[in-house]
Amino acid sequence: MSPILKITLSRLAMGIVTLLIVSVLIFSAIELLPGDIATETLGQSATEETIAAFRERFNLNGPVHMRYIEWLVNAVQGDFGVSLSNQRPISELIAQRAGNTFFLAAYAALIAVPIAIVLGMLAALYRNSVFDKTISGATLAAISFPEFFVAYILVLLFSVTFGWFPSLASVDAGTGFVERLYRTFLPALTLTLIVVAHMMRMTRAAIINLLALPYVEMAHLKGMKRWRVIAIHALPNAIAPIINVVALNLAYLVVGVVLVEVVFVYPGLGQLLVDAVSNRDVPIVQAACLIFAATYILLNMAADILSIIANPRLLHPR
Amino acid sequence: MTDTSDLLLDIRDLVIEGRSGGTWQPIVKGIDLSLKRGEILGLIGESGAGKSTLGLAAMGYTKSGCRIAGGSIKLAGEELVGAPAETLRHLRGKRVAYVAQSAAAAFNPAYRLIRQYSEAPVRHGVMSRQEAERDAVQLYREMQLPNPEEIGFRYPHQVSGGQLQRAMTAMAMACRPDLIIFDEPTTALDVTTQIEVLAAIRKVVREHHTAAIYITHDLAVVAQMADRIKVLLKGDEIEEAETRQMLAHPREDYTKSLWAVREFRRAPRTPDDTGKPILTLQDVDASYGTLQVLDGINLSVDRGQTMAVVGESGSGKSTLARVIMGLLPPDKGSVSLDGKTLSPLNRHRDKGVQRRVQMIHQMADTALNPKHRIREVLGRPLEFFLGMKGAAKEARIRELLTMIELDPDTFIDRLPSELSGGQKQRVCIARALAAEPDFVICDEVTSALDQIVAEGILRLLDRLQREMGLTYLFITHDLATVRSIADWVVVMQKGQIVEQGAKDQVFQPPHHPYTELLLSSVPEMDPDWLDGVLNDRRAAG
Amino acid sequence: MTPFLRKLGAAPVSAWFGIVIVTLIALTAIFAPLLAPFPEFEVVGPQYSPWAAPYYLGTDALGRDVLSRLIYGARNTVGIALLTTALAFLLGASFGLLAATLGGWFDMIASRAVDVLMAIPSLIFALLILTITGTSVLSLILVIAVLDSTRVYRLSRAVAQGILTMDYVEVARMRGEGLFWIIRREVLPNSAAPLIAEFGLRFCFVFLFISALSFLGLGLQPPIADWGAMVRESARLISFADFSTWQTATFGLAPLLPAGAIALLTVSVNLIVDWVLHLASGLEE
Repeated sequence: MSPILKITLSRLAMGIVTLLIVSVLIFSAIELLPGDIATETLGQSATEETIAAFRERFNLNGPVHMRYIEWLVNAVQGDFGVSLSNQRPISELIAQRAGNTFFLAAYAALIAVPIAIVLGMLAALYRNSVFDKTISGATLAAISFPEFFVAYILVLLFSVTFGWFPSLASVDAGTGFVERLYRTFLPALTLTLIVVAHMMRMTRAAIINLLALPYVEMAHLKGMKRWRVIAIHALPNAIAPIINVVALNLAYLVVGVVLVEVVFVYPGLGQLLVDAVSNRDVPIVQAACLIFAATYILLNMAADILSIIANPRLLHPR
Repeated sequence: MTDTSDLLLDIRDLVIEGRSGGTWQPIVKGIDLSLKRGEILGLIGESGAGKSTLGLAAMGYTKSGCRIAGGSIKLAGEELVGAPAETLRHLRGKRVAYVAQSAAAAFNPAYRLIRQYSEAPVRHGVMSRQEAERDAVQLYREMQLPNPEEIGFRYPHQVSGGQLQRAMTAMAMACRPDLIIFDEPTTALDVTTQIEVLAAIRKVVREHHTAAIYITHDLAVVAQMADRIKVLLKGDEIEEAETRQMLAHPREDYTKSLWAVREFRRAPRTPDDTGKPILTLQDVDASYGTLQVLDGINLSVDRGQTMAVVGESGSGKSTLARVIMGLLPPDKGSVSLDGKTLSPLNRHRDKGVQRRVQMIHQMADTALNPKHRIREVLGRPLEFFLGMKGAAKEARIRELLTMIELDPDTFIDRLPSELSGGQKQRVCIARALAAEPDFVICDEVTSALDQIVAEGILRLLDRLQREMGLTYLFITHDLATVRSIADWVVVMQKGQIVEQGAKDQVFQPPHHPYTELLLSSVPEMDPDWLDGVLNDRRAAG
Repeated sequence: MTPFLRKLGAAPVSAWFGIVIVTLIALTAIFAPLLAPFPEFEVVGPQYSPWAAPYYLGTDALGRDVLSRLIYGARNTVGIALLTTALAFLLGASFGLLAATLGGWFDMIASRAVDVLMAIPSLIFALLILTITGTSVLSLILVIAVLDSTRVYRLSRAVAQGILTMDYVEVARMRGEGLFWIIRREVLPNSAAPLIAEFGLRFCFVFLFISALSFLGLGLQPPIADWGAMVRESARLISFADFSTWQTATFGLAPLLPAGAIALLTVSVNLIVDWVLHLASGLEE
């Protein structure tokens, strides 16, 4: 077996094992709840029958490991059980909202990733110039600002003062694509600003490291043009570090999404999760956490594998 | 220089400064240099002499953080100082090329060798890609690379260090430049590999009548390569002369001291009292994971003697030290001190053994904690092993500093960062001596140092051995060092001892074939040495 | 001490800005009861008063003085963040140093546990645990400290491992020095600079994290004055900002005051951290 296939498979296996462990952690949340859920939810006056029915409905009977397997198998098929607070199937609640959240995150990522990488590279190439210092200062500020502060400044500017974009990102199933882009512009911009700041700083650092390497100096000494040194000699070797930077920033994106959805009252998974935590509606919290965690783990794993493939030493073994 | 049109490079009064701590400090202090077409100039000097900086300046290039502060650099009459960047760019790689010290780091890991080869000729418009690739195979053949048709299609990490260095020289030749700068091209290689690279470089440069600046700190190497030698010290020129003239009759004291380094020979020792061995290794095998690095090692070191263990990288000589120190438990076999078998792990050995066996590392830089002052570095073993405290400890620290020829008042409160490389190594020696050991392992203790400094360390170690009756196990790759200090020589290759014996016996024929190869590969100061060795080897088939 | 003062004198304007702001906020937090014109929880005037004496920054929806709540907020938010960061450091650094020094199964288990904790975004993990424990100050501190200690663990383990490969540590080991002597005398002095810088960065992160949770209504609970919660309470007002009069303008700016205070503190700490890192890298040259 080629080493690259071997490493890829082992990363894949590691990702799946991590996912399983995380799912165990998430599942055990309901076990760790203090007191008995059934009596807590139904009140002290509940009859034996209603409690038994409740336990049946929420899958609280039987040994723990059997219930875990059942829960996981159902979850993989998209069935997360029913909500504690309104007794509706969670998959119904989640489907539309998860779509909205992924839409927003992808929207932000598509704007943020190219901007961050281009700006980071420019800052690295012209380091210590006025441009670099301005960008570095601006990103330091953006990193230090809480997400909601950025959001409110944008609202104040683009919504309240100029009236260009709505301050509430209300969308539903019937909203058209272009309309959706327009209404979610401010939340996407907020996320972009936060993620770009982090990603740009890291890209800059990665490129500066690379430019100090002997083979980049060698390219200069061979009389290559500046752009060629960057594009042909530095960039192909920058793929792995840049992929890592992008992967690291997915964490900011996931956290950012939750907060930004709340600020803009956007009907996404984050909003639902926060409400469920307040109501202690454990099945919904579990479902949302599982989706967020799985996305994060899978994206990280993909980035990991991509950066392995980008390594010429593994791609062309001895 | 009878014909001025023959003059290729003419550097006048060049000053180069480097930025350190907010101010510009001169690195090259007004040096003149001239080079005729087809001539090879050797630049020699210790670290900090400014030889690489001067070499790069011949390409109109300075490292980042450096600048040309004055003087002129003319290449075939064309001024490079202050020339537009575009002019300089057209020159680099085409008319002046560069060969770096570490070929492994200077090749881009993402591309095949031949693609990197053809980049300069294609981009400078010298030839098409097809022509360049055909040409590459031709040059690879001239550089005596194995499989010249095929080797260019490998990636840098798939090729060995010596081959990579030759491929880089071929790459530098690609546009048939007027001048090549060789910046310590063989320093990182083992001697047996170095000789092949030296031969290939010299052949190609001579056949194509290419001028070269050959930068090195190794006199014997430069003696083989250069027509003329220029000696530098701290950014100043000491002297310059034709190679044979320079080797036979150096004018300046500094040059003479450089030449004299290799002459040091200590007086031979006779084994101590009973002649009983102090340290014995029996049938030792050791491995890192599944990789076996030591295979059936048997040796015994006599009290009061110096045993030199010599071998190239990967021979297992440093692993041997780690096994003796109990840092790597052997798979099999035993280590005994004064006939008593030692525990394979250092932490299970008693304090007396830990005190009696000391080790001095190669890199004094990493062997001293940057946050500890000399007082603490030397005080700790005194306190730990001998229970010294207060005034007695202080007095002993001062005594130790005097022993290693450092003034106690000046040095006792210094941090390692306030010492030179040689001073740091002296402190490491004092730290080992503080424990009052019987047996000291010196692991390549001089190989990171400049030759004059290294010689000072060898003399110090020799004096200390006489005064304190120490026994040394001296690990080194440098046969000159072995010649200087050894009583007994052990030659290692691939984890095995291929030959051992008294120094005179090992250095006299008949040799084991590997010892023969090793001995004959060490460059000598005689400018005809390389030709001689190559002829001998050709004759031997 | 003198070299330190000299370095302080040579610090860039940005670092000075950071130091001044952090000092001011620290003083405000310590002397909150003396500085605040009104008590923390008490309704002292009409709802939504404009920015005018005696309510210099107006009053909130319940008629509490905003300036006083901002001052008490400094004490609550910063204090809890500091406590949490300290706890995270104690946990993360001690486990990290031990894992690096001991190696073996201890390192294996600790590192795998940290890997799993870090495989989930920390906000998501925090929300999951807060669902179980409910939102009390104690559980908030513990949860965030444990989650954050993972990053400290990674850093201190990496730094310590770098130091432990140095020959001077090998020398100490060959001498037969004990584990704690090696950590105390060889590892700690050399890892101080990166750990101090990390403390600053972690503090910022924890501080923003607590503010974010409070903003979501899951952090410090009312009526405690907390900057994140104050943003949440006044968030809706921003839509009514109207710059035609002073009164309406200040009304809409209400959520920006606590949010701006959070931003100011984190920017300041970051500026100091940048300077410390710069100093450390300069010393290593």
